[in-house]
Amino acid sequence: MDLLSLAVRSIFIENILLSTFLGMCSFLAISKRIETAIGLGVAVTLVQFITVPVNWALKHFFLDPGALAWTGVPALAALDLSFLNFIVFIATIAALVQLVEMLLDRYFPPLYQALGIFLPLITVNCAILGGSLFMVERQYTFPETLVYGFASGAGWALAIIAMGAIRKKLRYSNIPPGLRGLGITMIVTGLMAMTFMLFSGINL
Amino acid sequence: MHPLLKAIQKTKPKYEEGGPLHKLWPVYEAGETFLFTPDTVTSGAPHVRDPLDIKRYMITVLYALIPCILFGMYNAGYQLNHATAGADTGFWNNLWQGALRVMPIIITSYAAGGFWEVLFASVRKHEINEGFLITGILFPLTLPPTIPLWQVALGISFGVVIGKEIFGGVGFNVLNPALTARCFLYFAYPGQISGDKVWIATPVAEKLADGFSGATALSVAKAAPAGSNVFEHLAQAGHTLKSMVIGLEGGSIGETSSIAVLVGAVLLIVAGVGAWRIMAGGVLGVTVIGSLVNLIGGPAAHANPMFALPFWYDLVMGGALFGIVFMATDPVSAAATNAGKWIYGFLIGALTVVIRMFNPAYPAGNMLAILFMNVMAPLIDYIVLQVHIRGRRKYLESFARA
Repeated sequence: MDLLSLAVRSIFIENILLSTFLGMCSFLAISKRIETAIGLGVAVTLVQFITVPVNWALKHFFLDPGALAWTGVPALAALDLSFLNFIVFIATIAALVQLVEMLLDRYFPPLYQALGIFLPLITVNCAILGGSLFMVERQYTFPETLVYGFASGAGWALAIIAMGAIRKKLRYSNIPPGLRGLGITMIVTGLMAMTFMLFSGINL
Repeated sequence: MHPLLKAIQKTKPKYEEGGPLHKLWPVYEAGETFLFTPDTVTSGAPHVRDPLDIKRYMITVLYALIPCILFGMYNAGYQLNHATAGADTGFWNNLWQGALRVMPIIITSYAAGGFWEVLFASVRKHEINEGFLITGILFPLTLPPTIPLWQVALGISFGVVIGKEIFGGVGFNVLNPALTARCFLYFAYPGQISGDKVWIATPVAEKLADGFSGATALSVAKAAPAGSNVFEHLAQAGHTLKSMVIGLEGGSIGETSSIAVLVGAVLLIVAGVGAWRIMAGGVLGVTVIGSLVNLIGGPAAHANPMFALPFWYDLVMGGALFGIVFMATDPVSAAATNAGKWIYGFLIGALTVVIRMFNPAYPAGNMLAILFMNVMAPLIDYIVLQVHIRGRRKYLESFARA
């Protein structure tokens, strides 16, 4: 039940894109067409679902103060490597994105073709790093990390897919020339964030 | 030719290309077509041979809103007289007192919104659209009668400019402009649009007669402590099912009376202007989720007392019915496909109940539920279309194989 409410919270209430505004750059750039939005949304969900738990394990077994106690070496057990958090997390994300890309290319070519350039782009998506850092800050346990990784990615995907559909509709609008493109997209993002306030305040 | 039309057309050259008032052409055009059916015809195919243009379409919505407007005025005066004098002072006095409070709000809304509408139409050279007639009246109907007029002007400006005009005017907006305006005010100035004190238009809040709290039925129900009987709390505050249906109680100007809203709903459906699928979907959503919540939390004594409320209470309390009938059916921001309308309506009803039950931050969730579904409506349409295309393709392929 706690895990379910965590999932609902990460998708709707604390939507990583619309309440913390992480991953805005690819959100604005890739939402032009709904098909690509769906592709990127799926890719981000997948990568988020893998990287957050992996980063949890790294942090738990290597980086935390005293985390290396399992080696049995007293000198290592006394180490506190948490200053390496950022570098290790980013390295993990970059490496895992490469790995996922290769695996998809080998075993699921259609999905790989569909995602195309978006897979490598995820490396620089701040929602992914943000997910790992929230995991640290909120001190999630391992099952919570799994759920959080998936749900925060799914929330990001929901937002970008909805945006893709809206921009498809906006293609027929008569927007003032100065606002066309990114301008109106930013405004719509703000309006979307306002409507997501619907869920803010729900205690699960 | 009608003498009025003659008089109007006499001034036409002034507004035409090269005339001194050419910048105000949209104003002239709006005035002429408002009073007389224009003789211009659509130049490109397809032609729809139907006298129902956007103007008549929107006017129908305005007719459907008349019961709500009149009742809203009467109710505002009735509440005021009861709260200050503690006694009934007669039908006409109620209506007069109410109109004194409500008309300035409506006039401000039309004036401020109309200013932006005319400005954008003149600068961007599009026609003044009648959609504004509806936005300008729907917005005041969702406000409490005590709202300061400058907030009305600010809200409608935000709704018209950010909610509609920057997308290119009527027909292009993503969110319902009236609700965008209300939502803006709700988050910017919560003190004047929510709480227990704002629903009755008295000069000073202290003048309320004894035992008169002014809280709406919904806020009373939400404030009931855990484990208590919600019906007792409602009855203590003077809210019965009957009073909620008739609507002689505190609330936003237009939303209190379920009967007035239903009269409007019938007119909208009969005229074919409001999408009955959205309304039916919304009522169904409230019914299904409301009953489900009853099943889960009904008998348990420790549970949230709101869980015990049957779904018909959810329909008549607060703005749910008004929102589903007049706001959700806005043809621009709603889902456009038939299946999509069912889904869209159902989710609005469902989310409204969910927010009422589970979100302690907001007394009523209908406004935000509709806005949220406005955001999701293009996605719903996309999914419905994709499913349809896939189905047709399979159907074709079945022939190819045979």
